[in-house]
Amino acid sequence: MRPFRYERATDPAGAVALLARSPQAAYLGGGTNLVDLMKLDVARPDLLVDVRGVTSRAIEELPDGGVRIGAGVSNSDLAADPLIRRRYPVVAQAVLAGASTQLRNLATVGGNLLQRTRCVYFQDVSTACNKREPGSGCSAIEGHNRDLAILGTSPDCIATHPSDLAVALAAMDATVQTVGPDGSRAIPLTELHRLPGSEPQHDNVLTHGELITAVDLPPLPFAARSYYRKIRDRASYAFALVSVAAAIDLADGQVRDVRIALGGVAHKPWRATRAEDLLRGGPATEERLRRAAEAELADAQPQSDNAFKIPLARNAIVRTVLDLTGTAR
Amino acid sequence: MPITWSATHDRQGLDIMDTEITLRVDGADHRLTVDTRTTLLDALRERLGNTSPKKGCDHGQCGACTVLLDGRRANSCLALAVAHDGAEIVTAAGLATDGELHPMQRSFIEHDAFQCGYCTPGQIVSAVAMLEEAATGWPSTVTFSPPDGTAGEPDTGPVDLATNPDEIRERMSGNLCRCAAYANMIPAIQEVARS
Repeated sequence: MRPFRYERATDPAGAVALLARSPQAAYLGGGTNLVDLMKLDVARPDLLVDVRGVTSRAIEELPDGGVRIGAGVSNSDLAADPLIRRRYPVVAQAVLAGASTQLRNLATVGGNLLQRTRCVYFQDVSTACNKREPGSGCSAIEGHNRDLAILGTSPDCIATHPSDLAVALAAMDATVQTVGPDGSRAIPLTELHRLPGSEPQHDNVLTHGELITAVDLPPLPFAARSYYRKIRDRASYAFALVSVAAAIDLADGQVRDVRIALGGVAHKPWRATRAEDLLRGGPATEERLRRAAEAELADAQPQSDNAFKIPLARNAIVRTVLDLTGTAR
Repeated sequence: MPITWSATHDRQGLDIMDTEITLRVDGADHRLTVDTRTTLLDALRERLGNTSPKKGCDHGQCGACTVLLDGRRANSCLALAVAHDGAEIVTAAGLATDGELHPMQRSFIEHDAFQCGYCTPGQIVSAVAMLEEAATGWPSTVTFSPPDGTAGEPDTGPVDLATNPDEIRERMSGNLCRCAAYANMIPAIQEVARS
């Protein structure tokens, strides 16, 4: 690991000021991804600004009926929180579907959203990777791409975003609160992460020094009936091949509202707005769900080894939403 | 909090950033100077001579380095020592009291819940923490029933591990055993969960 300086910030403004000292500086939360990437020589910060004492570790109700999650809340505390479990079970389930308890105890909410792809080429400095080293090429497109993206890819990058939490938050229309050198702003979760395009080195829209301080969940009563289904190579402790976060609001058998987001298929949590639009205003039948899922996946561009993700994602959408409606198998 | 730095250089002429920290390990206080790059695992093993936490993968994938960090289980290989100044750490070696093995340690021996033993300290620390988490009502993916069309109040009470091996398997999934001694770990843990 390369040498680095370590500083502990005491408030958000101080953290932002410390980070501004170096273009290579990075914030340190739980460190579960960053420290690993530093060992692999993928991340090379010359200064770590520890923000665990800076951002809130509280989960609080907002005046509008929503819930604010401090960026410093551990993944474990988020998943165990009674308010989250009651109002947004999909969020708790998504967190618990990721990593292990040991990692969730260290990992923070802010850090979870900013974790890097687990594409094996990104993590291996001996290979070409446009995300790690812009312009060097993508080893995955003609390499091992079974785990990688099918939606929103570019000729430069087919990486997936690994967070389960972000998928559930995308379905819930969460908002990310940040503070940075240019002040504070609120970013819709669905706009935090970006598609790779010709600049896959940028995972998200945050500027250097911008710090996530909280994640806000809007009031969404029907989210009390929500579910996160994660499909992976083993039953636990693995990244998603495909995952689905879903919630449905049924009135007289008709879909009044529905939320569907996919994980493991794109460079960002993939909110399935096309499928949602097709489902609203009609019954949640298997046939309608299948057609909606197929429409969502119509633009999918599989690689040599991951075409299986298209039917897998379709079936996962259908099954997850049907289960929420109580339709017997 | 101000931190005092002393920069020296390694053989490549790179700056080495040393800082002084305090760790309470298995009940004893230690003051040590560490390079900022030192993980908690390396501080424990190489600096303090506590070889109970093991270095398996060194990337947070195997769980052999699991310790209790301020009361919670954590992968010590991914925690920077400098970021945990003042922390209280319990390793598997610190679970015994007054020369008596911890019930989980006894149960692992009685049930032959290991083969080579390399992952065992991490498994035992993890299992001890898991019982506490379940008693506190922490859920796992197994705790959440698949949806059936109804939205009920979540049961946030203690989770029964003694009669639910699937809960144990899920909650222990961060600890790998390459000898695959899992079959005997489950009854070993169940027995402690029952008592």
